Amino acid sequence: MAAHLKKRVYEEFSKVVQVTHEEAPAKKLRLSKPSKSAALHVDLCKASSSTDALQYLLTFSRKPVEAESVEGVVRILLEHYYKETDSSVRLKIASLLGLLSKTPGFSPDCIVDDAINTLSSEKSHQVLAQLLDSLLVIGSQLPESPAVRLRLIEVAYKNLSDSSFGVRTKCLQLLGCLGLLEAPLGKDSDGPGPSLAMRDVQSIISDYFGDQDPRVRTAALKAMLQLHERGMKIHQIIYDQACRLLSDDYEQVRSAAVQMVWVLSQLYPESIVPIPSSNEEIRLVDDAFGKISHMVSDGSWMVRVQAAKTLGSMLQVSPHFLEQTLDKKLMSDLRRKRTAHERAKELFASGEFSSGRKWADDAPKEKLDTNTVNLIASGACGAFVHGLEDEMFEVRNAAVEALCQLARSSPSFAEKCLDFLVDMFNDEIEEVRLQSIHVLRQISTHITLREDQLDTVLAVLEDSSRDIREALHELLCFTNVSTKECIQLALLELLKNLNKYPTDRSSVWKCLKFLGSRHPTLVLPLVPELLSTHPYFDTPEPDMDDPAYIAVLVLVFNAATSCPTMPALFSDHTFRHYAYLRDSLSHLVPPLRLPGRKQVYGLDSVDCGSGSGSVESAQLFLQQSLNRVSTIQNLEAAGAPELLDLTIRDLQRLGELQTELAGAADFCATFLRCQLLLMKALQEKLWNISVPLILKQNITVTAAAQQVLDESYKLEFLYSGLENRQVATIHHVRLQAKALQLILAARTRHGLDSLISSCEKFLQDVESFQRLFLTELPHLQDSFVEKLLELLPRLSSCKPVEQVKILQTTLRQSGLLQLRLPEQIHRATATIIEPTGESDNPLRFTSGLVVALDIDATLEHVQDPQNSVKVQVLYPDGQSHVIHPKPADFRKPGPNRHRLITQVYLSHTAWTEPSQIEVRLLLAYSSSCSSRLGWTDAMDSLHPAEGTVEGTIPFSKHVKVFIMPKPARR
Amino acid sequence: MPEINVTPLGAGQDVGRSCILVSIGGKNIMLDCGMHMGYNDDRRFPDFSYITQNGRLTDFLDCVIISHFHLDHCGALPYMSEMVGYDGPIYMTHPTKAICPILLEDFRKITVDKKGETNFFTSQMIKDCMKKVVPLNLHQTVQVDDELEIKAYYAGHVLGAAMVHIKVGSESVVYTVSVNKYAKSHISAWIDKCRPDILISESTYATTIRDSKRCRERDFLKKVHETIERGGKVLIPVFALGRAQELCILLETFWERMNLKAPIYFSTGLTEKANHYYKLFITWTNQKIRKTFVQRNMFEFKHIKAFDRSYADNPGPMVVFATPGMLHAGQSLQIFKKWAGNEKNMVIMPGYCVQGTIGHKILNGQRKLEMEGRATVRLLISFALTKRLIHVGKLLACVFCFHTLQLDVKLQVEYMSFSAHADAKGIMQLIRMAEPRNMLLVHGEAVKMEFLKGKIEQEFSIDCYMPANGETATVTTNPSVPVDISLNLLKREMALGGPLPDPKKPRTMHGTLIMKENSLKLVSSEQALKELGLNEHQLRFTCRVQLQDPHSDPDTLHRIYTHLKSVLKGYTIQHLPDGTVMVESIVIKVSSSAEDTNAKVLLLSWSYQVKHRHCPCSRLSKLGQKHNRLKT
Repeated sequence: MAAHLKKRVYEEFSKVVQVTHEEAPAKKLRLSKPSKSAALHVDLCKASSSTDALQYLLTFSRKPVEAESVEGVVRILLEHYYKETDSSVRLKIASLLGLLSKTPGFSPDCIVDDAINTLSSEKSHQVLAQLLDSLLVIGSQLPESPAVRLRLIEVAYKNLSDSSFGVRTKCLQLLGCLGLLEAPLGKDSDGPGPSLAMRDVQSIISDYFGDQDPRVRTAALKAMLQLHERGMKIHQIIYDQACRLLSDDYEQVRSAAVQMVWVLSQLYPESIVPIPSSNEEIRLVDDAFGKISHMVSDGSWMVRVQAAKTLGSMLQVSPHFLEQTLDKKLMSDLRRKRTAHERAKELFASGEFSSGRKWADDAPKEKLDTNTVNLIASGACGAFVHGLEDEMFEVRNAAVEALCQLARSSPSFAEKCLDFLVDMFNDEIEEVRLQSIHVLRQISTHITLREDQLDTVLAVLEDSSRDIREALHELLCFTNVSTKECIQLALLELLKNLNKYPTDRSSVWKCLKFLGSRHPTLVLPLVPELLSTHPYFDTPEPDMDDPAYIAVLVLVFNAATSCPTMPALFSDHTFRHYAYLRDSLSHLVPPLRLPGRKQVYGLDSVDCGSGSGSVESAQLFLQQSLNRVSTIQNLEAAGAPELLDLTIRDLQRLGELQTELAGAADFCATFLRCQLLLMKALQEKLWNISVPLILKQNITVTAAAQQVLDESYKLEFLYSGLENRQVATIHHVRLQAKALQLILAARTRHGLDSLISSCEKFLQDVESFQRLFLTELPHLQDSFVEKLLELLPRLSSCKPVEQVKILQTTLRQSGLLQLRLPEQIHRATATIIEPTGESDNPLRFTSGLVVALDIDATLEHVQDPQNSVKVQVLYPDGQSHVIHPKPADFRKPGPNRHRLITQVYLSHTAWTEPSQIEVRLLLAYSSSCSSRLGWTDAMDSLHPAEGTVEGTIPFSKHVKVFIMPKPARR
Repeated sequence: MPEINVTPLGAGQDVGRSCILVSIGGKNIMLDCGMHMGYNDDRRFPDFSYITQNGRLTDFLDCVIISHFHLDHCGALPYMSEMVGYDGPIYMTHPTKAICPILLEDFRKITVDKKGETNFFTSQMIKDCMKKVVPLNLHQTVQVDDELEIKAYYAGHVLGAAMVHIKVGSESVVYTVSVNKYAKSHISAWIDKCRPDILISESTYATTIRDSKRCRERDFLKKVHETIERGGKVLIPVFALGRAQELCILLETFWERMNLKAPIYFSTGLTEKANHYYKLFITWTNQKIRKTFVQRNMFEFKHIKAFDRSYADNPGPMVVFATPGMLHAGQSLQIFKKWAGNEKNMVIMPGYCVQGTIGHKILNGQRKLEMEGRATVRLLISFALTKRLIHVGKLLACVFCFHTLQLDVKLQVEYMSFSAHADAKGIMQLIRMAEPRNMLLVHGEAVKMEFLKGKIEQEFSIDCYMPANGETATVTTNPSVPVDISLNLLKREMALGGPLPDPKKPRTMHGTLIMKENSLKLVSSEQALKELGLNEHQLRFTCRVQLQDPHSDPDTLHRIYTHLKSVLKGYTIQHLPDGTVMVESIVIKVSSSAEDTNAKVLLLSWSYQVKHRHCPCSRLSKLGQKHNRLKT
């Protein structure tokens, strides 16, 4: 019997499942039609129980609704709402109301009244809260209608006295988001409602600061902050209330209160508040600073983080209070004890070498008066000392950040916090270490490091994390040190670093370059020792390939630029090495005025003597070259190709000489090359030869057309700083290339159909060009496009063959387009630092398995490298892999510079002997990404597929890596 | 008035032998059961005879709570439970439960096997004792019995140390040792704002505010690093637990960070076992260790290996942790002797050394040590050999060996203080966090306590006690008595309107308090009557007002009715057909006396409840006089 029953139950159950299954597709079909409301209505009517209804609503909410049918849907929902007894369904309907009113293109003002009406009859607190939430959505969708706002605010006031915390919270949220910023003129409002809404929002919200539920208190504070964000001026009276909430039992209240106090301190920094239990008065910002500092030792770490972060932005605080944050007093057995910092400072001052070996050198000194010891830090006392020693690294990080902000605005504070920051270099969490190094670098203009501090700083150079080491190198570039011992110490440690991590080579050299040029006078007395010269004896010549020796030379040469007496100390081989390094590492070794080397001197003076003037003259030259080219009107003119050739060569050389103009020169050269190619392809004689010869000649022209096309993409995507006008010019060139291709295709006659389609495509291209660069057309006078556009009506009507003819003549008649240079053009470049490609030892791995290859590259002037830069690996068998690095692999060491440090995985079947693979970086582009043109919407709707052209441009030199996949051993 | 009594049996104005009796709400709790390191006689253990002269303690104690595994907090546990006799529950955290028996066993071995004491607890006793332990989890509320509940909070870096919140009814006590020893901050310990009646806190470092630990760590690492780079060997004598693990982690991470290759060794034995427990209880350690646990367990050391005696002679740099910490015996001393002669080597003393130990001597700068002969014969010969005294022969060596041997200490000696206990600030922080009503200091010297006491009283204006051993501190509490209230009554009260209940303001309401068997209940009077099976009695107050009125009775009544209508606006006034006027629930009747028809008697009658509400009674009673006026 039981089994039978069970079976029946089971049967019935399965039936139910099936019914819904059957209905689902039917519904789907109907839903695909515009009338969505009808479908919903039917569904809801069909729903026998509330669970069913809820199920329908859930599936319904997953699909988007068209703007036109939203109102109908809402009506049906509301109708059902009043009938529904189950509160969970009502809750879902309420949430759907909010969701639906967010539909783009729908204005929810027509449903406001209905939504508000539902509130009056609602008993369930949860549904009420959800309804208010939906009203909030509706209200924020209608920012322009004050009437709706007033009504909503009124509703919020009415429900504020609800017994459920959820409803009160939502009401406060509503008030915060919609509360009127200025009380509107009260004359036109006669009804009782508006007068209620007219009441001061702030005082009403602040009444709930003392609510019994912590969530409501938090919501009240948040609402007040929201008002502040919306531009309302918060009254100062609230300050006292907010301060009281700082000692609330609940962390979220305290956290919000910290924000509130901060906001007020920024609003009324200079007003005076009394100190309780004394007659004194202080500035409000100081008082707030003290109170927030106190929160740095709060029980909850969230509040601590919040407080520490906030401290950083209170820049108006008086220096007296600021310095208290670093105050710490130690005692042992009631006797005053010096901190390690003080001891270090004293040792430094006395000139004694730190032995650290004395037993009990930290022994307590004088006896303290018990009354003066302040155990519980009041006010700002020691806030940062606590923050930096917090157990949670989040708090420490926030404290470091705040310290940085404050120190940047106050040099004296920067000096004081130095000890603490240097201490943080030894934090156990890497993020904190890195953060503090960055911070020190930011405030480095204000500070000079003492020897003991430098010692601590330099110890970090051995860190195994590359980020930390590089951050530290960066820091050392900007650091001022006080003595020559410091320089020596730094050099020593850097050499040690170089020895331990040879990959840091370039970074270390760069660091030494700055160190040398910053402290020439400190380097001077060290020179004999550094170069190991001897007054009488010749010392052996050091190995020129030794990175350590190069490092020393970089330091010395950079110091020598501003210290003319230094070269006198060099020995002969140093001069030779100088000449070598000046040539091979010109970015690290500056030009020097060396005595007795006239020719070097003369050459160098050209480089360095004129300085900025040379840039200007180069600019002038560039402009002149372009002007010269622009005189070529007729493509057929004699000497035109030669002139172009010459100009291109000039420009290329200019780019090499003047790094500032490299981008511009390169851009122009490429552009001119395109023109030249086009010009050659269109030369008269080529087009007049007989048909049999065409084939051979076609090949060269096809290649030329293709090359121009490629170059045009390069022009568009490889250079940054292009204006719309240049883009138009580039597109124009591309159009020309396409026309050329079309003509060629017509001549080879593969078939009329393909010709028709390609003609159509070309016409579309022309149209899209016209649409895109409508504003630029006036500048393109006498160009191919202009003529084309004149002929467009005729073109679109005639046959393909005729079209091609027209094209051909237009193309050949059109003049050369002038190029106008924008302010700044930069070419995206990439240099692969690692692998160097010098290694002769193949990377061995078992075939079928993978080997990781470390890649380290610097990218310059690449926009959005996370999406565009890819790594290409070319195997000897022609196989090529494109690898997309993770976004986290990109670092940004400076403006317009990126660093890619990633690993690519290589794998291959077994080889008999090692061979080289090529690795290079690609810049991926997609013309749809070019959002700077601002027409993406139009394009998306018109030609989603054709408009986008995707491809890659190799933009780094390839590097060869020796690898050797071995067959797997069995 | 209920009170909480706190009696320290040990650690009252004293350090060591923590044992505190707390009686709260009729429950007796023992907090910690430690031993004193300084004594070898009966004073070593707390005086349990204070509780009872003879017999077992089970009848007198409800539970025992152990805060952490240090012997001065748990050393007397087996003695108390097995030798004195206690069978009740003993509460401690999981790590404490794991490590405590190791230390007890070690302690037992030293006392019984080495010092040869008898009448001491045995290994079996330790095991039996541990069977009575109930482990605690952090933030887990444990019901000891129906009324007594305890909850443990994280108290710092000594593995498994806990603060305990003890609660009976609304009275509560928080006990904290605020060990905090290795934590970076003043506030690694965290506690709810539980506002206990008493906060009992350790106050060993009541007069100390300590410096940042980061500087000391950095110094330590720098010294080790420099020696390793020079190619020297570093010896770090440690005690087995706590600090050793701390230093291991420190070195391990440093090695990892700096990419160093030199081996680190850890002497075997006790420490290995302890490391094992650290591995298991990784969640009880600090943030850094917990964070890296995703990748690996920090205590599964990558660079630290077990030490073997033969490794000490290996060439090249190395770091060795060896026990014991004061260089007075054992492995650390052996290694020290081997390495003392080389100035490239270094010994780092990470803690305090007792006078008379080698550790103490070298710390005080003594460069020549006199070793006892017997232990150093072998060393002496090798010493002699190195001094090229072969030609003098063995005779001389034999002569020497009965005297003492000079050991030249050439290696560098460093002192590194890591004893950063919870300082005064930490205690103050804790008070701020928990907001207790009273404070009680234990486990510290009286003078220091005095200072802290003054400070606490001054800053927080709460009472602070510091009872001596055997002295009882009594705190009277003002517990709130919880009363169940029937929902109907509450709803009725709500329906009456008025502002929302405000927790800060008292509010009066009507109801009946029923005390039945230990429970209190507040119900409506009707329900109370029903429950108690009593009949309802109505109490009515009546009042007669004489007045002269020539009209007939009904007329008079009508006149009164109309008058009242005009005077008492806002009240319902009814003229009932049976010859009465009702003002709300007050009945007014008129009757004329037999003798004088003009003299009317006005009968007012109202029930008991009415009197208390603000009803028109008072105004009605004035009615008489008014009526007299009315008539004229």
